[in-house]
Amino acid sequence: MKHIISPTDLTVSELNELLELSEEIITAPKRFAQVCQGKKLATLFYEPSTRTRLSFEAAMLNLGGSILGFSSADSSSAAKGESVADTIRVISSYADICAIRHPKEGAPLVASHFSSIPVINAGDGGHNHPTQTFTDLLTIKNLKGRLNNLCVGFCGDLKFGRTVHSLIHALTRYEGIKFVLISPEELRIPNYIREELIAANIPFEEVRSLDDVIAGLDILYMTRVQKERFFNEEDYIRLKDIYILDHKKMANANKDMLVLHPLPRVNEIAPEVDDDPRAVYFKQAEFGVYVRMALIMKLLEVEKDA
Amino acid sequence: MLNIGGLNQGIVIDHIKAGGAMKIYSYLDLENKDVSVAIIKNAKSNKMGKKDIIKIEGTMEDIDLDILGALDHRITINVIKDGVIVDKKFPTLPERVTNILKCRNPRCITTVEPGIVHTFKLTDSRNGVYRCLYCEQSFDRR
Repeated sequence: MKHIISPTDLTVSELNELLELSEEIITAPKRFAQVCQGKKLATLFYEPSTRTRLSFEAAMLNLGGSILGFSSADSSSAAKGESVADTIRVISSYADICAIRHPKEGAPLVASHFSSIPVINAGDGGHNHPTQTFTDLLTIKNLKGRLNNLCVGFCGDLKFGRTVHSLIHALTRYEGIKFVLISPEELRIPNYIREELIAANIPFEEVRSLDDVIAGLDILYMTRVQKERFFNEEDYIRLKDIYILDHKKMANANKDMLVLHPLPRVNEIAPEVDDDPRAVYFKQAEFGVYVRMALIMKLLEVEKDA
Repeated sequence: MLNIGGLNQGIVIDHIKAGGAMKIYSYLDLENKDVSVAIIKNAKSNKMGKKDIIKIEGTMEDIDLDILGALDHRITINVIKDGVIVDKKFPTLPERVTNILKCRNPRCITTVEPGIVHTFKLTDSRNGVYRCLYCEQSFDRR
């Protein structure tokens, strides 16, 4: 039995298999409509998240399975003080697989230590969000045709943005990757990631201006400055609208550059960009369902043509 | 420099990062042991600038040197018998440390989950960096 707590819990070859299965699902989703019949997914969401929870639930329903769970800590036994360890022991007897989101970093790992069913980390604080990373990789692979030899720009909150940290980690396993890290001084990537990039000899540059670098990018990964990660509201207000991607900026970008965003978007991408064919963030959200379908199938070890 | 008499039988924990002696004192539970202890804080050191030293007169058994290494990877331990140094030990860093270090990241699950085993793993042996198994925050030795 395998758990997915961090994006690197899958080897590169396992990840390639996952992405290949996802692409098979994209091509013929109806073929997979019954493969998880009789199986149940528990969604244990200790903090609100509409998108990720519904994406997991849609994925299981698309596979013919059923879903159960809760969508906030208030409506679970956590409100009565139950530990993650006890909750997962009980849920293990109700469901075949579970996805857990928790505001505390490392909670899904704790769950995996006590679980008798596969645990998928659906986001733990500012730490990991592996299925978002798999979604991002699928989007790049499917729309760019490759995961190597890319110049990838990350823009916005690179300090607290867990999707950024996870995707950087995942992409460093492919050849010919270069990163351009665009952020204000206060929201630069954490030291440990910088040290890892230097140690692994991965080329990267840290800049403040998006305009100066957009022309050289194959991928632009925009992020939201997240209010919930700030202890100080003043800092949030000062930094929240520091980057706004609009038509003017897009005019300087390559004609085949892709704009990704983990969503929800606030002001960092002007709505006028939505109609640009290079803006693929809604497609990316759709791909999130396919990659979660593939992941559920892999972890439950169900056959393609069950 | 302050002079503390030499030991006849015991150990000297040397090259402790300045300010770190009390943490080691506390881990070794020296307060409740029947030994004489001298703590020297901020001693001058050519190598480190400033350092702490703990001198323990008496028999010390069951000291896990590796754990001391996790608390401060630069320390050296001199074993004294009959007034002379008979052994000099350098701790090796254990791959994992359980229930010795505690994570200080307020967002970490270890701050709220009852009965959790606090676990740190060695991620950079050259610099003695340990990271929390759960949230991956590095252990801050300050």
